[in-house]
Amino acid sequence: MNDTPRLELSGVHKSFGPKVVLNGLNLALAKGESVVVIGGSGTGKSVMLKCILGLARPDRGSIRIDGEETVDLHGAERERILTKFGMLFQSAALFDSLTVWENVAFGLIEGAGMEREAARAIAIDKLAKVGLGEDMANGDPSALSGGMRKRVGLARAIATKPDIIFFDEPTTGLDPIMGDVINNLITECVRDLGATTLTITHDMSSARTIADRVAMLYKGQIIWAGAVDEIDDCGNPFVDQFIHGREEGPFALEVS
Amino acid sequence: MYNPFAAIGRVFLAFLATIGRLSVFTGKSLAAVVTPPFYWRLCLQQMMTIGYYSLPVVGMTALFTGAVLALQIYLGSARFGAESAVPNIVVVGLTRELGPVLAGLMLGGRVGAAIAAELGTMKVTEQLDALITLQTNPFRYLVVPRLVAATVTTPILVLIADIIGVMGGYLVGIHRLDFNSAVYLKNTFDFLEAMDVTSGLVKAAVFGFLIALMGCYHGFNSKGGAQGVGRATTDAVVSSLILILISNYFVTEAFFSQ
Repeated sequence: MNDTPRLELSGVHKSFGPKVVLNGLNLALAKGESVVVIGGSGTGKSVMLKCILGLARPDRGSIRIDGEETVDLHGAERERILTKFGMLFQSAALFDSLTVWENVAFGLIEGAGMEREAARAIAIDKLAKVGLGEDMANGDPSALSGGMRKRVGLARAIATKPDIIFFDEPTTGLDPIMGDVINNLITECVRDLGATTLTITHDMSSARTIADRVAMLYKGQIIWAGAVDEIDDCGNPFVDQFIHGREEGPFALEVS
Repeated sequence: MYNPFAAIGRVFLAFLATIGRLSVFTGKSLAAVVTPPFYWRLCLQQMMTIGYYSLPVVGMTALFTGAVLALQIYLGSARFGAESAVPNIVVVGLTRELGPVLAGLMLGGRVGAAIAAELGTMKVTEQLDALITLQTNPFRYLVVPRLVAATVTTPILVLIADIIGVMGGYLVGIHRLDFNSAVYLKNTFDFLEAMDVTSGLVKAAVFGFLIALMGCYHGFNSKGGAQGVGRATTDAVVSSLILILISNYFVTEAFFSQ
């Protein structure tokens, strides 16, 4: 059996000037696994995602996709790796100059070179998967609500059938009901695709719904990782404080 | 203690760093211009946005500049009894200098600001990152169509502005300064040389390139939220206007020395 991790980060360091953001980060995701990284603001979650996607270059360390080192890849080689990825951005990052269906089909048309008509059919199908009708397809993304934008972003992330999907704060800014809708859509879509997923979030409800495994990032390192059903009894004071949202605990001591 | 030399040094180093970043950005943009894929549809869209929709602004500017130029030259030349030189000076002044420079300045305000605001908003809302994750090079998809469209359409706009500007001078000459229509037109075209128009069009192409480059550069490098986009827009307009005036001298010098 091939046990090469789908995604593996080893000893990843990243600093911005004197500020150390990632400090020897290690994390591995098996094929088909759903990992959620939790952590406070400014602990390096978004920077970790940017390093994996090639939007930022780590100072040191290794990032392997299916065993292939990707840190120094550029141009066509980087684009080849990016074909394996789907990404749902925190703000959905829909292109305002395009219609809803063109946003969903963007990776198919511009990335994979598919004909517009064929790409439109797939886009309509993906929009249906996230609960949006064909009547929305020709609409303007700027007219959509926050929840609808996230759904369109999710449809875009899964449209190219990627191997690995990244979710950046998928429920931030949504009401609890819409947050739950998005969580369930993510779970369904990922199950259908059989994709590996890496999610970063503050939202424990989201983490419990989406995750097979949870990892806690603190000061640029993973300080705890385990199965989602172990998190309540993990015994790590940082994790314990974070998941219960308590003011008292090691985080408060750090602040003081 | 405040050290003025350290402050000057910091400003100078920041200036050098900006020159370096701009050089790298220009190099990447030019490399993207000559490497596929080419987004022709986006180029045409940008030509409409930058060229066609700028026509009223540039046309109005040219019309009244030509009219004012005729009045002013008439007043000045009347002191030497050289009123008949009005058509000649209007056409040369417009085609060589005022047409391209004023059109460039108007486009710098209208187009440079629009490009910087649009790309700056895309940057701060992660749309540029989204493009990359969708295997699309932002330089090819966003920068090249704007650079090509501005470089191609600005000379066309300036050619139209030249014609409208000469017409403005003609209307004032005929209706206000009592010139004979046929004589005014004859003096205009007899005196005009191909180099007058050519030099203006070359300037226009340079100005168009600089306007789009500054808009894209400042948009791509905007930081923060609305305030960052506002700053990028202001910087794009100011830097493109300054570069237009500086490059105008050097292009004029290049043609003048021939």
